Amino acid sequence: MATKNIMIVGVGGQGSLLASRILGAAATAAGYAVKISEVHGMSQRGGSVVTYVRYGEEVNSPVICEGEADVILSFELLEAARWLPFLRPGGTLITATQEINPMPVITGAAAYPEDLVHKIRDLGVNIIAEDAAAIAQAAGNGRAANVALIGLGAHVLGFDTDVLRGAVEECVPAKAKEINLRAFDMAADRQKAK
Amino acid sequence: MKKIMLGNEAVARGLYEAGVRFVSSYPGTPSTEISEFAAKYDEIYAEWAPNEKVALEAAIGASFGGGRAFSGMKHVGLNVAADPLFVTAYTGVGGGLVIGVADDPGMHSSQNEQDSRHYAIGAKLPMVEPSDAAECKEFTKLAYELSEQFDTPFILRLTTRVSHSGGAVELEERRACPLKEYTKDPAKRVMMPGNAKRRHPVVEQRLEKLAEYAYETPLNRVEMGDTSVGVITAGNCYHYAKEVYGKNASYLKLGLIHPLSEKQIREFAASVDSVVVIEELDGVIEAFCRSLGIPVTGKDVLPLCGEYSQELLREKLLGEEPAFVSVADEIPVRPPVLCPGCPHRGVFYTLKKMGLTVSGDIGCYTLGAVAPLSAMDTTLCMGASISALHGFNKVRGDAEKSVAVIGDSTFMHSGMTGLVNIIYNGGTSTVVILDNRITGMTGHQQNPLTGLTLKNQPAPYICLEDICAGLGVAREHIRVVDPAYPAELEKVLKEELAADAPSVVICRRPCALLKGVEKKPPLRVDREKCRSCKACMKIGCPCISMVEGADGVKAKVDETMCVGCGLCEQMCPFDAFASTRAE
Repeated sequence: MATKNIMIVGVGGQGSLLASRILGAAATAAGYAVKISEVHGMSQRGGSVVTYVRYGEEVNSPVICEGEADVILSFELLEAARWLPFLRPGGTLITATQEINPMPVITGAAAYPEDLVHKIRDLGVNIIAEDAAAIAQAAGNGRAANVALIGLGAHVLGFDTDVLRGAVEECVPAKAKEINLRAFDMAADRQKAK
Repeated sequence: MKKIMLGNEAVARGLYEAGVRFVSSYPGTPSTEISEFAAKYDEIYAEWAPNEKVALEAAIGASFGGGRAFSGMKHVGLNVAADPLFVTAYTGVGGGLVIGVADDPGMHSSQNEQDSRHYAIGAKLPMVEPSDAAECKEFTKLAYELSEQFDTPFILRLTTRVSHSGGAVELEERRACPLKEYTKDPAKRVMMPGNAKRRHPVVEQRLEKLAEYAYETPLNRVEMGDTSVGVITAGNCYHYAKEVYGKNASYLKLGLIHPLSEKQIREFAASVDSVVVIEELDGVIEAFCRSLGIPVTGKDVLPLCGEYSQELLREKLLGEEPAFVSVADEIPVRPPVLCPGCPHRGVFYTLKKMGLTVSGDIGCYTLGAVAPLSAMDTTLCMGASISALHGFNKVRGDAEKSVAVIGDSTFMHSGMTGLVNIIYNGGTSTVVILDNRITGMTGHQQNPLTGLTLKNQPAPYICLEDICAGLGVAREHIRVVDPAYPAELEKVLKEELAADAPSVVICRRPCALLKGVEKKPPLRVDREKCRSCKACMKIGCPCISMVEGADGVKAKVDETMCVGCGLCEQMCPFDAFASTRAE
């Protein structure tokens, strides 16, 4: 198979590192070679952050470039728009509908673009936009939004749902396992029902 | 057994398997996790030193003492440790010694983009560079063998992408590595002119032997494919090159990047039609090739600045552009910001309000330079806030209008000597120490002031006030304030700036992200009371924005992010902010 490219984007502190580790564990469980590239340090302080997960028979570069991502998982709408150029033609964008104002918007130096979901859809992009935090909240804790996002993408991430679910179980802390698995199931079922 | 590990974690695993006993480091992105992961092994003694010079000297001492030792740091940390680095090339090692240095091409979290390979050349030390997590472990282990074989410290060079990329790593047993016997050998270890003169030729001969070894080392490998293009590369660039050329090129993939083998490079160049050198930052390999008279493509088409990627290589070397879509709207940038509840926010609000010149330093608080706080005039390197302020004030003569701002960990790193300089030379500068009880930016590392070690063991209490007093600051000019209350801070700052004596204002409040720091219920704006004056917007809190409603544009708190620090409440002249505690 060709190398599968998954990007996880969001705002520093939203939990993208856990999401990338879950995908890495799933790829390993499925017997693939995998590389993960993370961002640490200053941008974790509320900046725009991106994590790359690549898996397949053989993986060289740990990073994903413009026009290469099969799937982008986005924790925040503006970040989905920012990283959209990294999606390959025919790829899938899965985004939470949460909006977090960056400092230039807060200070009034820039505006948060309106109606991004429709604008992205109008470009012909496969986009799944859901309130991931609300799904996580319904599962028991809004912080499980990252796992809910993975659930929403279960059908395009290239793994059997059981493998993905097992990776969630393996990677989340024991005390949060139940809520995260519920968030994963609820999100995956919601997408299946469509 | 294989495990997915970050590059840094794999280096730590390499330390474990190589039988390393001693690790002394100073945190710095992207190198920090090497020492954190090393500390998880019971068999390895691991510590944070106050700075990189101390860390490397401690590691050199451990090596002299016969144990395998490691010191890790970021690229700018190696500048701090450069003094022992150059001399230890002369002394050689006892137990194997590896110095890990992580460069940050693209400056994800750094103040410059220097290329540490120049240190290997300058100090005449061998340097290895892995390209992924698996090699991080393998190269680390081999570096210890070679360090002892050639009696020299090795430098392990990493870059952000290698340090922070994860891949599968094969786990093996720890090598039994008994402590070597210690015997006095002043001719080799006392570096005064008479001895050093005899050691310098040894260094030169060793470098020649290493260059011979470079021809046969398993660290370097040739992969022959199509011979129209021959790529000479190292580190993560190898993987970008493979993405772009695949089997349509041949590769000389270097793992030992100093010294280089003239013979190997000549042979490889002769076996291909044209040579492309692919290396991030400076053209170090390229310059070597050119010195041999080998024509290469390199920095004439590839950039000296920033990170490389497969996309960049496709564009610059093959002229290929990627296909993608994007929205027409301008996407506002999202720069990093001080966190909700950050104790530094009140400090920078106050410094800006007072119109002071602020000599800044390295840490989370460098974000005090960003709008709307915009409260920092200069940032250079660790510790420079205090020393540079001294020069600034001496030349301008108005010390009542300026302060230095430095974090607790940075003060212990290299702020103390700057403070001594102020006192010794009759300065009257005011130094603000942001004591948030942790090393923040690099992700919460302990330091000499936190009472805990890298291994999370209790450490003796070192009192910041006593240090300042001991250095010569008068007790009445060492003030401790809680930055959560800017009015009080302003009053204290005014008094100390007016004083005709050096002074230290310690702003003490733990980092809002520290475990155990209480998060209070979020605040909420009473829209009837809000008069849209935007006084609350001056503190640059990511939780507050002006939101339009039927009653006009009023302040609103994002209650999912707010930790209830209450700074906004103190800004509001109309009492519009109130805690949601009662709910």
